[in-house]
Amino acid sequence: MSGVALIIASALGVGLTALAVLLWALNSGQYDDPDGAAERILLDDGD
Amino acid sequence: MNLALRSADMADDLSRHLLPGDDGNCQFEIAVKGARCANCIAKIETGVRALAGVSEARLNLSTGKLTVGWKRGAASPHAVLRRIRDLGYEAQPFDAAATLSSGEQEGRLLLRCMAIAGFGTVFIMGLADAVWYGGGDMEAATRQSLFWLAAAVAIPITFYAGQPFFLSAFRALRRGNANMDVPISAALILSLGLSLYQTVQHGTHNYFDAAVMLTFLLLIGRYLDYRLRSRAQGAARHLLALQSLLARRIRPDGDLETVAARDLAPGDRLLLASGDRVPVNAVLEEHATEADMSLVTGESMPQPFAPGEAIYAGAVITGAPAILRATARVEDSLVADLARLLEAGQQSRSLYVKLADRAARAYVPLVCGLALAVFVGWLGMGASIAVAATNAITVLIITCPCALGLAVPAVQIVATGRLFQRGVFVKSGDALERLAEIDLAVFDKTGTLTTGVPALRNAADVSPAILEQAAQLARASRHPLAQALAAAAGPGPVAPGVRETIGMGLETADSARKLGNAAWCGLDPGAHKGGMWFCRDGAAPVHFVFHETIRPEAGAVVAALLRRGISVEMLSGDHPMAAAEIAARAGIAQWHAGVGAREKAARLQALKAEGRHVLMVGDGINDAAAMGLAHVSIAPGSAADVSQQASDMVLRGQDLTPLVEALDVARKARRLVLQNFALALLYNLTAIPLAALGFVTPLIAAATMAGSSLLVTLNALRLSLAGKP
Repeated sequence: MSGVALIIASALGVGLTALAVLLWALNSGQYDDPDGAAERILLDDGD
Repeated sequence: MNLALRSADMADDLSRHLLPGDDGNCQFEIAVKGARCANCIAKIETGVRALAGVSEARLNLSTGKLTVGWKRGAASPHAVLRRIRDLGYEAQPFDAAATLSSGEQEGRLLLRCMAIAGFGTVFIMGLADAVWYGGGDMEAATRQSLFWLAAAVAIPITFYAGQPFFLSAFRALRRGNANMDVPISAALILSLGLSLYQTVQHGTHNYFDAAVMLTFLLLIGRYLDYRLRSRAQGAARHLLALQSLLARRIRPDGDLETVAARDLAPGDRLLLASGDRVPVNAVLEEHATEADMSLVTGESMPQPFAPGEAIYAGAVITGAPAILRATARVEDSLVADLARLLEAGQQSRSLYVKLADRAARAYVPLVCGLALAVFVGWLGMGASIAVAATNAITVLIITCPCALGLAVPAVQIVATGRLFQRGVFVKSGDALERLAEIDLAVFDKTGTLTTGVPALRNAADVSPAILEQAAQLARASRHPLAQALAAAAGPGPVAPGVRETIGMGLETADSARKLGNAAWCGLDPGAHKGGMWFCRDGAAPVHFVFHETIRPEAGAVVAALLRRGISVEMLSGDHPMAAAEIAARAGIAQWHAGVGAREKAARLQALKAEGRHVLMVGDGINDAAAMGLAHVSIAPGSAADVSQQASDMVLRGQDLTPLVEALDVARKARRLVLQNFALALLYNLTAIPLAALGFVTPLIAAATMAGSSLLVTLNALRLSLAGKP
């Protein structure tokens, strides 16, 4: 039983971490311009 | 010159476009047209950042919006706009009120909901699997705690991530009608309630996983649909922002001032140079000139205008600079007239009911009635209320239009993606549905079937030596007819010392050779209209006649449409002679010439009344109203702004061929959507009896739900796999 609890707790932890990262990316505007992101990788300098 | 005139910034106080930021910064948002690639991003961003005072500049390539920031007062919005235009892009400030679009927020909310529902689906599926596979060996207490854990995760997630459906269902119910979101919301809430009841009662079946998975799958469909709409709306907003016009007004004291076209009043005197677009209906006051009326009337050749004649808004001055007196305000001018006609047309089109909505209207009452029948049936056979309710709710869950919700957006996103690659820009999803239904294609002539560039017609009647002599003059000019003549003669030298008199013609330094209009060569302009005249000392003048060049692919496109069982018609504002020739060369038997914007719209109304489903292909301002009235409309990339705005699809390039492909893809997409409906129906037909009889377990519900959604998505993807539709 304690093993199951451990597994569930860690699964929940990993899942929530991934979710938090995704929501952070979303709120910081990283999904606002998918087309631009695809092109910007071709730019040489950091501008 | 044209670009500068088409902006409203100089006359406008731009400070209302500035958005206040933090620490005394302000932001300025600009619609940039023409940016497509990494180079454009670099060019625009570094160019704008190089301006004194500008602290940040970021271009969003997906929406075409450039956001520029600076310390309040450190830079001017005019300088930023000028810089972007100098770089070769069209730029226009976004209206601050229109910019805070609900669209972007909607997209973010949908993505956030989707992420949360996706997490919930995976997590609860893990718990549910444990119960399904290990349920028999599991202690009741363990199973119970797993159920409670699932409840703790599923209930908040479903209520948060399902809010797009709940809100939409609520709005529909308050208006007294039902949409697809009503059974979805009912199924979500009831399955959570039933599962909670089962958990409290120490039952073995619950549907927490089904509720979360349903939310997730439906959100995918909803997000695809949103992406399609936002792309279309972005294009439309762009066009609107780029449409304001400027005019140069002559003040009573003779000075020039630049004002926005909407501030012009009847009686104002305007100065227009060659290349300027006439902003309002006006009367020519000084100097005879020529104007290109192709966008207004569809006539292909520039028309001469004498003082006192009326010129309509939308004409482009091609001859000598002219002074015009305005006779109407912008909103009363022809363009505004057409815009109003256009609006009326689009209102009538909004009556079109999308396939998905048609399915929903049939589906909702059916499913609700079925669930009720199951409930009453079980009660009638003596079952307890709990059992009857459980089976009725199971029917609702299993029939929940999960596959239906994905069936249409999945096909449309694949279809528009495929067409986008081929150079067809689809502005709304239902445009494809409408395109699949057409039985008649109506083409405009000038600029649509033809290139709009004139070509020399009677080269064979003129001796090569004379043609070459004329071409030596013509090569020095940028006038479209002169360029056509030069093109017909091929490359060669320019005569020394050629002088050009705008609106008249060209001559050599010693006036021995002259090329120009009839008056230029000393002929009576009343008796000799059109074309160009070439005269030399002592010889009779030679007449050059021009005609339009038909697009090379026009004949093939018309033939391809006819092969697909679609009749083709041509409506042209040009003279019958010119129209007949182009119609014959394009293979169009049915045509009308000399029809103005109103007649075109009337013709479309008449065809509509006959019950025809018409595709209108046109590019001019004079086509816009007709395009608004058509069942579906397509504009070539060279079309006037107002026509692009009126159309459902825009071809990216000059080539008409993608039009045929668009039709094929639209028809195929319609077939796939119907197939998807059939698949979803088939699934429901097998699942409903099982659910009604009480045989469905949560495992079966989850498997069939995921299976049918996967099936319709894969079916939609066939559209992109197929080489030729």
